[in-house]
Amino acid sequence: MTLSITGLTIDIAGRRVVDGVDLEVADGARVGLIGESGSGKSLTALAVLGLLPDGARVGGSIRWEGRELIGMPDRDLARLRGDEIGMVFQEPQTALNPIRTVGRQIAESIRIHQRGVSRAEAWARAVEEARRVKLPDPEAIVRRYPHQLSGGQRQRVAIAMALACRPRLLIADEPTTALDVTIQAEILELLHHLVDEDGMSLVFITHDLAVLSQIATDAVVLESGHVAESGPLRMLLRSPASPVTQALLRDATATLWRPGGRA
Amino acid sequence: MRRLQWARRVWASGTGRFGVIVVVVIAATALVSLFWTPLDPQRVDIANRWAAPGAAHLLGTDGSGRDILSLLMAGSRTTVLVAVGAGVIATAIGLVLAALGALTPRPVREGVTVIVDILIAFPVLLIAMMISAVWGGSLLVVIVSVGIGFGVNIARVTRPELRRILRSDFVLAGRAAGLSPSQNLWRHLLPNVAPVFIVQLSWGMAVAVLAEAGLSYLGFGAPVTQPSWGLLLADLQRFISVHPLSVLWPGLAITLTVLGFNLLGDALRDATDPTLSRGSAPRGTEPPAAVTA
Repeated sequence: MTLSITGLTIDIAGRRVVDGVDLEVADGARVGLIGESGSGKSLTALAVLGLLPDGARVGGSIRWEGRELIGMPDRDLARLRGDEIGMVFQEPQTALNPIRTVGRQIAESIRIHQRGVSRAEAWARAVEEARRVKLPDPEAIVRRYPHQLSGGQRQRVAIAMALACRPRLLIADEPTTALDVTIQAEILELLHHLVDEDGMSLVFITHDLAVLSQIATDAVVLESGHVAESGPLRMLLRSPASPVTQALLRDATATLWRPGGRA
Repeated sequence: MRRLQWARRVWASGTGRFGVIVVVVIAATALVSLFWTPLDPQRVDIANRWAAPGAAHLLGTDGSGRDILSLLMAGSRTTVLVAVGAGVIATAIGLVLAALGALTPRPVREGVTVIVDILIAFPVLLIAMMISAVWGGSLLVVIVSVGIGFGVNIARVTRPELRRILRSDFVLAGRAAGLSPSQNLWRHLLPNVAPVFIVQLSWGMAVAVLAEAGLSYLGFGAPVTQPSWGLLLADLQRFISVHPLSVLWPGLAITLTVLGFNLLGDALRDATDPTLSRGSAPRGTEPPAAVTA
């Protein structure tokens, strides 16, 4: 097991928002974390990186490669972040620094963990990373600012930044939710391809079962901080046991519009 | 030379170029006046009282026959000293208060905010008068009081901006990429508040120039032996009905300097914020509260 979460609890301002979540991610596994808004998906992800908001109290255990992450000093956690565990956020609009060129931001995420790399080298590698996430015209696009890119392109930059140090686990927090459907499919395909290529593990957070079915093999369904159901995704899709999973499945199939049919 | 891009953008905008030229000319004048002025600014020449501008006295003379150009040049030293001194103090106070008010745990944060809100109620000139009432009028009083007054203003405007940026995803993403909190502060937070901060600072320096002139005029600022535009203005305006032209020069010098600082600040703001395109409303354009100099 590379990542193993057991009995995770998170309290914020005296309220228990995550209550006893278990999650196992094996080497190279692609696990979905699915649930409605406020079910504790993102907080679970942030807890792994030790980036919960001020005043949040964490209990239980998060083990990465046999090391306990809960209670680990921030300095040691910072060394893992981005290097061993990468993260992509939901809003490509705000996840990039608006006053830095995208190339500089990709280059910086390389230099955070690889001190010996010179600026010029990091820049050259940033262009390579931009090419790897299939940004058009990488040499030119790295000189541009985030506001000059489309939403899909920005999300590709965010993915390039998260993967620049070749982490062994990628946590993607609703990376396609803010994008329109065709771009969504492209980003999913890209993630799929990159995860396969590097043999990375993936934790994919979403509220959309249809999206999840395209990328994950296993899933954990959360409902207001509890695990409602978990198992191989095929099983969940075929015979959803809990009402939440059934509702998510209904939502996912309801979006398939049929001409002449009624909504 | 990508790093000089912003400098080129300042120069490219007409108002920015004007600001740069004004500020450079003032700084150069102050420097030159340390070694050379056309005449000794304190030399009294009763025979040549109220001389009209001409070859001997480019801008004429005042009521005791002192050369006005030389007085202005010497006075620019005071102006530069006050603008830079107040700017440094305001930056230090402003950034420290803004950081304390944005980045510390909640009780400290809110305490600092309340203190800033109280301090902001005191206009710069009032602070200066209170300090000079206790320690007597001097340039130091002007510098310190304008520095405090504008530091508080900077804190007031910069703090919510810092809070706003602190909540941005890219700050969280920076931490998720392995930056320590202090690295994150330097790479992501401060550069993003820079545009707002620069406008405030340039405005503060402009007001410092005005405040020095005003306080010296009122007798709270520079001692009479110190060459100062404010003192010169106070001297000359008593005879405004008889010799209106001579008052024009210190007035013009003050106006141009204030305008130059403001325009330079605006151009710097525009140049440091790549998201600003022509026509969109920039952040931090609203003038600071409680400017009463």
